[in-house]
Amino acid sequence: MPLLTATAVTKKFGGLTAVNNLDFEIEQGSIASLIGPNGAGKTTFFNCIAGFYQIEAGQIVFDGQPIQRLRRDQIAHLGISRTYQNIRLFANMTAMENILVGQHYHLRSSWIGAVLGTKGVREDEGRAHREARRLLRFVGLQNKGDLLASNLPYGDQRRLEVARALANKPRLLLLDEPTAGMNPAESQQMTEFIRHLRDELGTTILLIEHEMRVVMGISEKITVLHYGQKIAEGTPIQIQTDPLVIEAYLGRGSAGTAGHEATAIPAVEATQGGASAGPTPASA
Amino acid sequence: MKASLIERLTEGAIVAFLWLLRVAVVLVVVVGSALTIMSGRYSLEVYVGLVVSGLTLGSIYALIALGYTMVYGILRMINFAHGEIFMAGAFAGYFVVTASDKLGFLNQGAVSAMITIVVAILVAVAVATPVALLVEKIAYRPLRNAPRLVPLISAIGASFVLQYTFRGLFGPGIYSYPTVDFLDRTLPISGIIVRYVDVIVVISAFVMMTGLYLFVMRTKLGTAIRAVSEDKDTAALMGIDVNRAIVTTFGLGAAMAGAAGVLYALLFRQVFFMTGFVPGIKAFTAAVLGGIGNIPGAMLGGLFLGQVESIGPTLFLDGFNVPSPNQLKDVIAFTMLVLVLVFRPSGILGERIARSRA
Amino acid sequence: MTVTSAGMPATGAAPSANGAAPAMPVSFQRRVIRTGLLGAVIALYLCMVGIVPIFNARPLVQGVISLGQAALILSLFATGFVATRRVAESSGRLIADGAIAGGLSGVALSALVLLGSVVDVRAFLPNASPVLYGILTFNLGTIGFWIPMAAGAVLGGLAGAIGLASPRMRRSLFVGLISLFALGLFAGLIRTPMLQLPVAELARLLFASDGLTLIGAVVVLVASVGLHHVQRTRRLDLQFAALPPSRRRRIQVPLIALAAVMILVLPQGLGSFFAQVIAIVALYVMMGLGLNITLGLAGLLDLGFVAFFAVGAYTVGLLTSTAEFGIAQWPFWAAVPVAVIVAMVFGAFLGLPILSIRGDYLAIATMGFGEIIRILAGSDLLKPILGGPRGIINIPKPIEVPPDSFLAGPNQIYYIALIGAALIAFVAWRLRGSRLGRAWIAIREDEDVAEAIGINLIQTKILAYMLGAAFAGLGGAVFAALVGSIFASSIQLMVSINVASLIIVGGMGSIPGVIVGAIFLIGLPELFREFSEYRFLFYGIALIAMMQLRPEGLLPSKIVRREFQHGGGDEPPESSASPLAL
Repeated sequence: MPLLTATAVTKKFGGLTAVNNLDFEIEQGSIASLIGPNGAGKTTFFNCIAGFYQIEAGQIVFDGQPIQRLRRDQIAHLGISRTYQNIRLFANMTAMENILVGQHYHLRSSWIGAVLGTKGVREDEGRAHREARRLLRFVGLQNKGDLLASNLPYGDQRRLEVARALANKPRLLLLDEPTAGMNPAESQQMTEFIRHLRDELGTTILLIEHEMRVVMGISEKITVLHYGQKIAEGTPIQIQTDPLVIEAYLGRGSAGTAGHEATAIPAVEATQGGASAGPTPASA
Repeated sequence: MKASLIERLTEGAIVAFLWLLRVAVVLVVVVGSALTIMSGRYSLEVYVGLVVSGLTLGSIYALIALGYTMVYGILRMINFAHGEIFMAGAFAGYFVVTASDKLGFLNQGAVSAMITIVVAILVAVAVATPVALLVEKIAYRPLRNAPRLVPLISAIGASFVLQYTFRGLFGPGIYSYPTVDFLDRTLPISGIIVRYVDVIVVISAFVMMTGLYLFVMRTKLGTAIRAVSEDKDTAALMGIDVNRAIVTTFGLGAAMAGAAGVLYALLFRQVFFMTGFVPGIKAFTAAVLGGIGNIPGAMLGGLFLGQVESIGPTLFLDGFNVPSPNQLKDVIAFTMLVLVLVFRPSGILGERIARSRA
Repeated sequence: MTVTSAGMPATGAAPSANGAAPAMPVSFQRRVIRTGLLGAVIALYLCMVGIVPIFNARPLVQGVISLGQAALILSLFATGFVATRRVAESSGRLIADGAIAGGLSGVALSALVLLGSVVDVRAFLPNASPVLYGILTFNLGTIGFWIPMAAGAVLGGLAGAIGLASPRMRRSLFVGLISLFALGLFAGLIRTPMLQLPVAELARLLFASDGLTLIGAVVVLVASVGLHHVQRTRRLDLQFAALPPSRRRRIQVPLIALAAVMILVLPQGLGSFFAQVIAIVALYVMMGLGLNITLGLAGLLDLGFVAFFAVGAYTVGLLTSTAEFGIAQWPFWAAVPVAVIVAMVFGAFLGLPILSIRGDYLAIATMGFGEIIRILAGSDLLKPILGGPRGIINIPKPIEVPPDSFLAGPNQIYYIALIGAALIAFVAWRLRGSRLGRAWIAIREDEDVAEAIGINLIQTKILAYMLGAAFAGLGGAVFAALVGSIFASSIQLMVSINVASLIIVGGMGSIPGVIVGAIFLIGLPELFREFSEYRFLFYGIALIAMMQLRPEGLLPSKIVRREFQHGGGDEPPESSASPLAL
């Protein structure tokens, strides 16, 4: 049974239809990717799932419960966590504090208890700190808990954002371009890390990614968006050979001239490598 | 997870509370107005008179609001000292009008009165503008890239400095503007009472606002100001002198406020060092009402606020036999402000500021 | 003659275009003249705003120099000093330049005296009076018009000559003068408690009832220069920092204990006026800690804070008053919890509609609320309940004691406010480190992300408003007991602005910052009530100066300090990347 099912989701900005009548499913425990050219509506779709945008039409069901009318915090409580294309850590909190605040929902201490310093609160805080240290270790930041988030190197910031998302004990983790701006070695590391996440914690993972090596390497299913619509879906092999995908990436007519399929994927990388740095219009 | 019962209850309570607020305000306005009108306590002339005085007051608010809205548009800061610029203009005008009175020139007929008023406005502009530029240079310019609260606090400080400088210079007393006979005469229209002062205030305000609008819309410098309001960095990259645009904005706002100070003082016949405080806050309210950063919005907001303040207490509250409803005119104005912010945060005409966040 | 290239201040006269060496003499001369003219404007401002004539009534050193004269001397001296600052050249030239700049400022004052002898402008400028001219000319009248000119030249020249002294000597001299100024200003405050102690004779020797005595002035000058010298040569602060922690604690603990004892016995020695002043400071500390939650932690700027203060004060008034509008005549202690709860309820109700408003709009919306409450409290509409402008009177003191007891009058309010402030500081500290405190900071940092992490914005923000309101309500309750009555006129927008300013001046989000901010912005101006006309002038200047020199506040919290540090931008990120121990 799919963990998340989106049916006929449509999101418009004024005259622009960013996501158009999209059907999408993700299986429990799988790793899936959304790809597509810039402005294809990938981040918009993420924002629809996470409650940042209200959708105009359609339905999004998570674990049997419709979530399209819920607030962001309620969606987080159901077990959906996300990261952001342009990292959005709490820059003036330490790495440790970022993870502590990420556990917000799972801590139960009331403010009155905190003022009185009750035993329950102290135990709760102790657990929270232990869990935060565990997560820091898990993402390889064990010695950097006291550093300000904004002072961490780029790759560490990405990992810290994942750790903050994990602090919410998510069942579905949405990763928005987790390897953006990373060098090949770093993105290889991140790929390993994502697979490790799923294998270790059983978290279902949906990612947006431009780096085809990453996408093809870890996805069990790939969905291709173009102008807000799904133009292809399938295993990495199926996607690599789909003529519609090649056309979407290379433009009309190039599919014919490019002709032979093996060259298609490196070409995709070349097109996307330069563009991935800039945010898509819908993500702002 | 299913939302807990308590959480659902609080959410329900919040929605209910907001609806209750809306219904209550609509009820007060509708029922109050109906009761007042049906009681027949006031004749049509009274209402017309209230509308006229609302128009007069509103055009002054609009003039001041322009300065707030333009500065907010370009620097995203509340120029808290703007009310004091207005007060400086009122003081400057006072000395001109008084001098004219002492020379025996003021009350020699309509022409001499008009000349005095024009000179007073010019002098007020000439005083208010440098004061504003000085404040900009000393208190705001060094803080342009500071976090948001910092310039706001500096502006509050500048406001105190100006108030108490004027208090130190001219003493704490209230200076009464001399009577201008011409201004108190009424227009020869039967049935309604409109004084010349109302006509002059409204006309001069409209002339100045039109001039400003044309300046901002048609001239090169005006275009530069609009460009800087949209995006400071891009404007600088396009070769626009950002500093000049900002200084011009302050100058224009101050000129409008200085002139408004004279008009306000002619209307209320007095000036002292705290004169700028309340009209300043009201004018900012007007700017927010109209949609901050939006020049026509500030004008509309000012006029709207003037009307609500003038006619509101009588029309909405008198029907309920509220004692001295005029005491509550500011309550009505601020309630309206809060309602606009809650239910239509971008103001009546919508703000002209690029949203800073998603 | 050369000008050190870094020495040009931003406001300096030299246009950067002709900053090349050949153009230097001209621009340098211009700089002296421009500084002199600026000095003239400042000197005239001091006179015309009335600082000189009014401050003249207060001696700095008894029979030698008044505060007003000191202000003028300072401005002329500063003119000469700024005009010759950071210029390396011959001694004669330095003195001459200083004299020119100072003299120019003096000329403006001389011109004022001459002008005053011809026309009387007192109708417009009340301070341009014979009293002022008398101060400027040592009561010689118009004949003495040359005195300011000469004084300006002498002082300016002196200032130029100081440029010749070694930096160390210069600094010692400044320390001495600043100590003299400060002690002269606070002489009364220091003398009063000393008179009740065995050192009364010493107090009489050094301090007059206002200002220092001549002997006192000499002692202060010598002592402060000497101390400064010792500190510079021995570096006591470095020595202290180098001590092992245990040794350091052995010095710190007694000092803290001494300070605590001082705070406890403070009102006993100082008399009721000072007790009242510190009670007011403690009151503002309470409110500041409250707003520190809403503003400092959750980042919600609330300029209508006085509304909750009013709710607390009126609740106590209504419940305890023995006069007309009292409804219950409860004891103070029973009324306080009710006042706090009512304030919290108001906080929730005012917070609800404005939850979705952000940034500056929030400031304006809350200011609107504050004004609504203020106007309603004084209106005829609520007069039958709240007494309108006449207010509620006869609010009993919390503890009934005989008049000569150590708890009489404002003293007991001082202790109550002190306990209240300590309690609130404790609660604020506990909250800050809690799950709720982290959620507040997260909301301040990025509201959208905070919500997506699972923080309920509505609950969290409402709690920020409610707890902030509770503290303000407690402040209002204590205020009602302090004054013994509550009037609509006590509820001023100024209270809200004061509270917001003191948090920012003290350092946002920092509990000691709130205390320091309250002392500086509330306590000091209260002490200078005699100059009440000018306290807001200085207050305003202080706010502007603070924002430029130390925008993060006097004692910033760690988070805010970091924010300003890498907000500054010119520091490379590596240097601030050192591990910050929390």
